[in-house]
Amino acid sequence: MSNIPGELKYLSSHEWVRVEADGTATIGITDHAQDLLGDVVFVELPEVGAEINSGEEAGVVESVKAASDIFSPVSGEVLAINEALEESPDLVNNEPYEDGWFFKVKLTDESDLEPLLDADAYSAVCEAEDH
Amino acid sequence: MGNKTALYDAHVACGGKIVDFGGWDMPIHYGSQLEEHHVVRQASGMFDVSHMTIVDLIGDDAKRYLQYLLANDVDKLKDVGKALYSGMLNEQGGVIDDLIVYNMPEGYRLVVNCGTREKDLAWMNKQADGFSITLTERPELAMVAVQGPEAIAKTKQVLTGAKGDIISALKVFQGLESGGWMLCRTGYTGEDGLEIIVPEEDVVTFWQQLQAAGVKPCGLGARDTLRLEAGMNLYGSDMDESISPLQANMGWTIAWQPVDRDFIGRSALEAEKASGVKTKLVGLVLEERGVLRGHQKVIVEGIGEGEITSGTFSPTLGYSVAMARVPTATADTCSVEMRKKLQTVKVVAPPFVRNGARVYK
Repeated sequence: MSNIPGELKYLSSHEWVRVEADGTATIGITDHAQDLLGDVVFVELPEVGAEINSGEEAGVVESVKAASDIFSPVSGEVLAINEALEESPDLVNNEPYEDGWFFKVKLTDESDLEPLLDADAYSAVCEAEDH
Repeated sequence: MGNKTALYDAHVACGGKIVDFGGWDMPIHYGSQLEEHHVVRQASGMFDVSHMTIVDLIGDDAKRYLQYLLANDVDKLKDVGKALYSGMLNEQGGVIDDLIVYNMPEGYRLVVNCGTREKDLAWMNKQADGFSITLTERPELAMVAVQGPEAIAKTKQVLTGAKGDIISALKVFQGLESGGWMLCRTGYTGEDGLEIIVPEEDVVTFWQQLQAAGVKPCGLGARDTLRLEAGMNLYGSDMDESISPLQANMGWTIAWQPVDRDFIGRSALEAEKASGVKTKLVGLVLEERGVLRGHQKVIVEGIGEGEITSGTFSPTLGYSVAMARVPTATADTCSVEMRKKLQTVKVVAPPFVRNGARVYK
């Protein structure tokens, strides 16, 4: 079974978002997503300073198997990107919720979080896909 | 549920992630496809290839039959155990399958693809008309490929005695039998190594002994990236019944001499050659970010279009490589339509990697 932390919010397209103590949002892809993709070899991230909108493409993750768009669960200005992924894309496979994060956004609208899935609802999405 | 090889439980026990492969439940990887790829380039890895179809051929007309059935000429096989790679063509010159044929003491042994098993056997039987031969499929034989710079040394730690002596004496592209086993110095990775045909009842123990000797189990994912780096074709992707060997970088497998050898597809190939072969299979290299994938469109400015037949990230090189079918006039660059943008790539002659290192120019 894949790891689905209870404190995060999810998109059914397998991105997670974590609201940090300072109000910024960190975004990445789930353990289930990295398992489906297999070894990640490239990650294309948005530029720092770019404005992104929730539900829109914010990057691409390429594995040995496939290329997959990354959608942002929230809107806002990109504050930081995970530059370590350039050298070590395998962080996405090995630590999808920690050092394998993709980018950080300055949340403009807290209500963006409301339609997102909680861990139970996301877990149901994964189970439905597996069957 | 698909077919299972005798090693299925061993794969599950090794943590293999099982997928459907041409009707067989096979391991795609055991954790990391990339690690498995590197271990074959740097040390040794093993693959279960028991799903491959083995067919034995005997009879007074066995040689004459193969000289008619195959585009390559088994007359080249002078030594016992010597192997030959060939296309088996239809009348139009299209590739029904690619295969390896071994010169056995009592006839020949053919190893064909699993996905094409039924049509291959039907075709071989159909063409047998008028020849005194017997074709026998050998589903009770398993096959393990041990590949990499340490593959032969590690296998010899497990197979001592007569089998070990045979391994030491094997020439490249030769296979010899010993006690119901067959030890072949062949492979699909671009590394030195062995493909070992083993009676099903012995294969689990053999696999476990290899694992204990330090040979790492590798899945079909790594097998695909290794063969692509090595510039080896995959049937169904890089060629099929609509493609002739001349358009699949397999011209070297057509034995034109002697001119009076009539093999299936010969007249079609001669006509194609005379009128000019329209496309060719080339290697593509993208040294920047991004991964070339099968079916992406190739644009050759001022000349025409083509398509990627197989593409992947090359773990050895750290960037993407592909094989593509393009107009014959294509020179040293072209563009690939990748995720909404056009990307310029280098056109090279495969292989990309041999014996652990870059070889293309």
